[in-house]
Amino acid sequence: MSEPANRTQSRLLLALLLIPGVLWLVLLILLPHVDLAILSLKPHAGAGTQQLSLSQYGTFFEEPLYWHVFVRTALVSGLSTLLTLLVAFPIAWTIAKIAKERTRSYLFLACLIPFWISETVRTLGWMILLRESGVLPALLVKLGITNAPIEMLYHDATILIGLVYTSLLFMVVPLVSSLESLDNSLIEAAYDLGGKGLTVLRTIVLPHAAPGITAGCIVVFMMTLGNYLTPTLLGGKNSQWFTEQIYTQFITRFNWEQGAAFGFLLLSLSVAMVWAGLKVSGQQFADVMRRA
Amino acid sequence: MNTPALDLELRDVIKRYGDHTAVNELSFAVPRGSFFSILGPSGCGKTTLLRMIAGFISPDSGDVYIGGVNMKNIAPNRRPVNMVFQQLALFPMMSVGENVAYGLARRGVARLEQKKKVADMLARVGLAGSENKPVDALSGGQRQRVAIARSLVLEPTLLLLDEPLGALDLKLREHMKLELKQLQAAFGTTFVYITHDQSEALVLSDRVAVMNNGRFEQIGSPQELYYAAATPFVASFVGANNRIDGVLKGIASGIGDVVTSTGVSFFAKISARASVGSTTQVFIRPESISLYRQQPSLSGQMSCYQGAVTSLLFDGANSSVLLQELTSGLEFRVALPQTGHLSDLKTGERVYFSFDPERALGYLAEPSTRV
Repeated sequence: MSEPANRTQSRLLLALLLIPGVLWLVLLILLPHVDLAILSLKPHAGAGTQQLSLSQYGTFFEEPLYWHVFVRTALVSGLSTLLTLLVAFPIAWTIAKIAKERTRSYLFLACLIPFWISETVRTLGWMILLRESGVLPALLVKLGITNAPIEMLYHDATILIGLVYTSLLFMVVPLVSSLESLDNSLIEAAYDLGGKGLTVLRTIVLPHAAPGITAGCIVVFMMTLGNYLTPTLLGGKNSQWFTEQIYTQFITRFNWEQGAAFGFLLLSLSVAMVWAGLKVSGQQFADVMRRA
Repeated sequence: MNTPALDLELRDVIKRYGDHTAVNELSFAVPRGSFFSILGPSGCGKTTLLRMIAGFISPDSGDVYIGGVNMKNIAPNRRPVNMVFQQLALFPMMSVGENVAYGLARRGVARLEQKKKVADMLARVGLAGSENKPVDALSGGQRQRVAIARSLVLEPTLLLLDEPLGALDLKLREHMKLELKQLQAAFGTTFVYITHDQSEALVLSDRVAVMNNGRFEQIGSPQELYYAAATPFVASFVGANNRIDGVLKGIASGIGDVVTSTGVSFFAKISARASVGSTTQVFIRPESISLYRQQPSLSGQMSCYQGAVTSLLFDGANSSVLLQELTSGLEFRVALPQTGHLSDLKTGERVYFSFDPERALGYLAEPSTRV
């Protein structure tokens, strides 16, 4: 077969292979977002005029409750991402550097298994454990630590626990892959040259794992920011999560225009945080995404 | 003191992994300022030994003394020992200067002092002014010099080198051998070098220990190992050698008559352990065999054998031929004279060869000898 014909064929094949992905992106992601963007610029239905305006975004800044919840969601998500990193790092280190080949796959499996169960069921599990009449408060009474069962749900700490638990795997995976690629002899060389545990961590391990850490943090932060189920179930009315505001606008108030504007605010927040995260850690987006 | 100061001494060091003994009751000493190599096939325990000296693993029993101090329970980061790793283990996230300064910074040396020491050290290894280069911008040879500089800047009592030339291509390896020897001579630091490459060990070292199955078969100068191997293992591992298996039929003034199963007699200097009637292995180096086109007239105990050329191995000054001895069918590798007067040999040609029994070595056969 001649060379050009061959090339045309492989190009055609590439195009065919790309079609499902492109359709997915355009039909299910791009078009709805364009529609939502237009929607967010319209006044509330029934107001009569169809003129595009920024009035929906204006409402967000005029009403303290909205941006208060918005800032709170961002801060708690950031804190939750940091906690996830702190919890996931020792796990990833154990899997990548300490465990033997066989144990390694079991440990990975142990991290993965909870994800075979729906997030709703897992979160309800937490509720069974933590509610006033639940397992843990009863245990505390039995052990004589508290006199009466205490309500462990609906605290910020409860939301944090739930969020860290939900996103742990997504931090562990990029961390493991970036720690696995760290040559053990580099760690040994650092010790050999007089480094102590924490110095070696700071000077060798963290710089090497930086792309993996950034990747994990970005994924976890975005997932946490957009999480609806965990804050709602574990935090109840106190959770004040921004996704709940969006839900309320769309479903309770039937104010799609306001909800769409909130959605875009959340999207721009997560884009801004990703950008800031990359800037601060000095990483390249493409490099980080390859790790994730 | 009449005895030279010892920078490294091991006493009865044992390390086992399960029922495998990696290092078996080793004792040896390395005098100050010398280049000491441990030569052995992979799996002989030399890496375990080196890592015990560095402190990454601790011996099951026995003691390691460095500069006269017992290193028991002293962590690797507190030992006066530095290591050049097999893949060099330069820190890719740091510049050349930061790599060399790493150990100084850990010791709390002031920044200005660090800078000065790093510059001095880089100048001494021929890399003056490359402080700000990233390590992956360096060539293989330059990387090795950085790895050595990074260790030597700490002025260790002992520098351990774990086959640092293993990853380099042949040409560069030859070049780096020379560099290593010159660096060691210039710094005067005691080097302990492990390798499976006998040529590296012979070229570089003042003394070489040949290691097999967790033990040292022989410690000696490169010349001693080559010309007076203590065991069949050393004879076959160090340098090229022809091996003849047979039974010792008689000894006269140290020269024994070893007869092969096909009934051909070979004469060799017999080591103390072999006695008449024992299975014996004779080793004769390719360059110790002389080739003749016509049957030579030989005196004394020199025997003459006839062989057919099976292959010609041309390699410049290292050229040799493979011969098949006609009666026994044994194969011999014979070095061609460097004058080139036999370079026109053809495959299939019949030639005569002989060797001086004083230069052939016969040992009691060891069943465990595998090469």
